[in-house]
Amino acid sequence: MNLALKDVRHGLGRFALTTAGVGMLLMVVMGMGGIYQGIVEDATLLIDRVGADLWIVQRGTRGPFAEISRVPPNLVHRARSVPGVAEAREFVYHTIQREREGRPLRMAVLGLSWGTDSGDWIPLSAGRTLARNHFEMIADESLGLRLGERLKLGKETYTVVGLSKNMISSAGDGIAFVTVADAQAIQFEFSGEATRLGRASRRVRGERSELGSLRPELVEQAGRPAAELPAIAPPDLSAVMARVGPGVRVEDVAKVLEGWPDVTVYTRDGQRAFLLEGSIEKVRRQIGLFRVLLTIIAGIIMALILYTMTLDKLRSIALLKLIGAPTRVILGLILQQALALGLLGFGLAYLLGRWLFPMFPRRVILVEGDLLRLGLVVVAISAASSVLGIAKALKVSPNEALNT
Amino acid sequence: MNDAAPAIETLELWKVYGDGNTEVVAMRDVSMSVRRGEVVALLGPSGSGKSTFLTAVGLINPPTSGRVFIGGQLVQDGPRARADLRAFRRRHIGYVFQRSNLIPFLNARENVQIALELNGEAPRAARGRALGLLDELGVGERADNLPSMLSGGQQQRVAVARALANQPSVILADEPTAALDSHRGRQVMELFARVAHEHGTGVIVVTHDHRSLDVFDTIYEMEDGVVRRTQAVAN
Repeated sequence: MNLALKDVRHGLGRFALTTAGVGMLLMVVMGMGGIYQGIVEDATLLIDRVGADLWIVQRGTRGPFAEISRVPPNLVHRARSVPGVAEAREFVYHTIQREREGRPLRMAVLGLSWGTDSGDWIPLSAGRTLARNHFEMIADESLGLRLGERLKLGKETYTVVGLSKNMISSAGDGIAFVTVADAQAIQFEFSGEATRLGRASRRVRGERSELGSLRPELVEQAGRPAAELPAIAPPDLSAVMARVGPGVRVEDVAKVLEGWPDVTVYTRDGQRAFLLEGSIEKVRRQIGLFRVLLTIIAGIIMALILYTMTLDKLRSIALLKLIGAPTRVILGLILQQALALGLLGFGLAYLLGRWLFPMFPRRVILVEGDLLRLGLVVVAISAASSVLGIAKALKVSPNEALNT
Repeated sequence: MNDAAPAIETLELWKVYGDGNTEVVAMRDVSMSVRRGEVVALLGPSGSGKSTFLTAVGLINPPTSGRVFIGGQLVQDGPRARADLRAFRRRHIGYVFQRSNLIPFLNARENVQIALELNGEAPRAARGRALGLLDELGVGERADNLPSMLSGGQQQRVAVARALANQPSVILADEPTAALDSHRGRQVMELFARVAHEHGTGVIVVTHDHRSLDVFDTIYEMEDGVVRRTQAVAN
């Protein structure tokens, strides 16, 4: 006869409510882990998907995902000329915030190197990849844009031609994919007045310089659009991505590029590590500490619940001892209930989480290994939290059964 | 177990609580013998030491000195008890108390069945025997009811069934009819007598109820921790 089960059946309502409480607490613990996994997945998805073996970034910086990196556009051609490099692409990446339908719209804008990259590697849930080098956009579903929607960014209007799934920046913003030229246009967009003032300013600087008085035609040139002036470089890139050819060792190519004094080179794993060890690491530690605290709280609450449940049964336990129940029967009664409470709570946490987590604004990813570890922790805290109750039960004298 | 030996025998039992100025002697040199099949009543005012004696004989609360034999076996020698005390209690002693002392989360049948299962009986056999005992004691139709759904008399019958389950050589009952009306109280006392005579069990009943004393084979009285035999009823 399973006494634990009989006791639970007798106080089913209370046990169910207690299990629900423990389950919800464990769901929060589980969710915390899921949030961290989601952040890691979101942060590294782009690096994993984009298919670059090497990231060439501004000298001394840690790349566009960690800080501002600016490299000249001609770097892509220099990279292509390195033996072993099969392909080099521009990478432009920045975050903008605009307004859409009266609400703020925050997005990470990523430039695709038109001609070699039309976004074939992006997981699409609807629509298509880019087919034109201007004014088309692939937007992540999380941005809430509709397929075919036209979005005005700066002076230009972009049409959403494709929707991607789970393409999120490390900050949790959905990514909008456009061509590099469009990404730069969005990034360096100025109003007409600002452009005019810029040109006037160049002209005045020219007039005041010695060169301007010697060569008046240069002053005239200074007032022309920036794109027509060879002295003004085109907009910078965030980085250049390189893919090595078959049979070529990434490390060998990286060694060549590292010799260039104006750039720093990272492998895919290096770039990934910077992400995880940078801002994500702090998030991981923060969430980890919360998880530990919540687990301790769950353990304390379970211990109190089990202790109270044991107190309610003291007379029955004394009676069981009186009629000769061995210690293992008493231990089994308490321990089985503790494990049932923990495991049922864990199961409930999982089911509730599966239902609720998709409604969260950021992805909550439940990973098998993480769930298994939490399951083992739950078993451990269930056993540990029953210690108080067991200690109390073992102290009870059969005499207690005789007290009226 | 020695079949020829008395069911219960106590020799010079003493129980002393505290010491010096706070010393209280609850039992003084109590020697008693209960034959197999004998039903003994133990009378006495509150605080006379009846329950102390019963818990000492029941191997629950050890005496300060003296010896307890059950079925001829020395089970308690002063404060020292045999190592397998709980198992011995399980096999050889049945308890019935003033409050029925049933486990509230088990139904009537399960309350009896648990005693059998704890003694190593297989669940199916234990279930059958528990139902048989409840039938025998007239509460078979309430087998599936929780204790809270049973009357006081029915609860006591279930408690008696549990006490009998492992066919103990001794049944100890502490005011088992205190919560019952006189009619049901007598029924329970007669039940003890029947069980003792039919099963050869030695029964000690602590009681205040003088109306059913004719049921007992022997009557002892206890006062200030001292026991004296007052009456032996001829069967």
